[in-house]
Amino acid sequence: MSSKVFKTAAEALQGLTFDSMTVMSGGFGLCGIPENLIAALRDSGAQNITAISNNAGVDGFGLGLLLETRQIKKMISSYVGENKEFERQFLAGELDLEFNPQGTLAERIRAGGAGIPGFYTKTGVGTVIAEGKPTMEFDGEEYIMETGLKADVSLVKAWRGDTQGNLQFKKTARNFNPMMATAGKVTVVEVDELVEVGSFDPNYIHTPGIYVQRIIEAKCEKRIENMTTRDPGLGRGERGSA
Amino acid sequence: MAWTRDDMAKRAAQELKDGFYVNLGIGIPTLVANHIPDGVDVTLQSENGMLGMGPFPYPDEVDPDLINAGKQTITELRRSSYFNSAESFAMIRGGHIDISILGAMEISQGGDIANWMIPGKMVKGMGGAMDLVAGVKRCVAVMDHTNRAGKSKFLPECTLPLTGRNCIDMVITDLGVFSRGEGETRFRVTELAPGVEIDEVKAKTEADLVWG
Repeated sequence: MSSKVFKTAAEALQGLTFDSMTVMSGGFGLCGIPENLIAALRDSGAQNITAISNNAGVDGFGLGLLLETRQIKKMISSYVGENKEFERQFLAGELDLEFNPQGTLAERIRAGGAGIPGFYTKTGVGTVIAEGKPTMEFDGEEYIMETGLKADVSLVKAWRGDTQGNLQFKKTARNFNPMMATAGKVTVVEVDELVEVGSFDPNYIHTPGIYVQRIIEAKCEKRIENMTTRDPGLGRGERGSA
Repeated sequence: MAWTRDDMAKRAAQELKDGFYVNLGIGIPTLVANHIPDGVDVTLQSENGMLGMGPFPYPDEVDPDLINAGKQTITELRRSSYFNSAESFAMIRGGHIDISILGAMEISQGGDIANWMIPGKMVKGMGGAMDLVAGVKRCVAVMDHTNRAGKSKFLPECTLPLTGRNCIDMVITDLGVFSRGEGETRFRVTELAPGVEIDEVKAKTEADLVWG
């Protein structure tokens, strides 16, 4: 019987990586990024990658790893402000960049995975985002056409997964991961915890295993970008708890 | 005395009504959460996939899987819910969020906003700002009235690449409040910061406004 379960990130990417491939990588900032699969993609040596990801990691972590090694040719992102090397490569003309509004990016990925080649949105009307895009009027308002996005490989981070690839995400680490799981020709997932099929209540599965071809359990560093805490001297629950 | 950043946030918080679903941008708008008026219960949306954003955690509560759009660690409330980014922006674009309070680099007299890019200088990206101004029911911009060189940031037309066109309903600066009602094309001066004279505001404003 074929199995979706692989032992390591390197094994899970075996035979999937190639030059000029398009990769989707989940996460918002460093939250919910497939750390181990990104490192394995770097080690695969694939060049001229088009990376679709909301952000570009930070210097030396997340997708920042693949920028350092110049393996990324083009990024499709909504916000890349946390990465100095990215800014340097872009301003020097060494890197292509396509900015998408965050909601447009999320919807393009959702549409790509759902078999919808294009859709209309009012986001970006009257801005540089609209340049060269077909427009249509609905109820007297102007909308621009955006296209669906797909990838050769989607790299996804989930909290728990079972051996059939059914997934649950944790808190705000969910973000772009569920849509990206649907939009990859092959979707590879790393989870904090891999469990036997049947462990989940089917009512509480976020992503059904049909979208997942390969899965590994791997330990993540889960680096925090902007640690913000409140004074432990303040009484607990003194601010709104509802 | 012109308003401080905190004063501007406090004034912006007066725009929150009981029961509102609210999206706060990064910078001064984040401070608005500290000034929500007594008796007003609002639910904060975080565009990375959460409704019901709670306060910052105590050091022993920090969870790397729970952050806000500014990538700060936060906490959840009993009302909280999590969802994916497509759903988050369905909420935003679909007009389900009552108010967005966001920072600005420039505002035009026609309600255009520029807040995401300085060509050749700053390459960060728009994040969710274009979706917010396109979809949220009411958009309030908070910014300093002038730049460091003393030039007006409230202009006849924006000079920087736009985030959205004709989408801002109220502008709060260190000098006062400028608003326009539904269907009104021009902004009216509705409040001045304490001690600020109308002549000072006129001298520092290039946009064509309704003065008083």
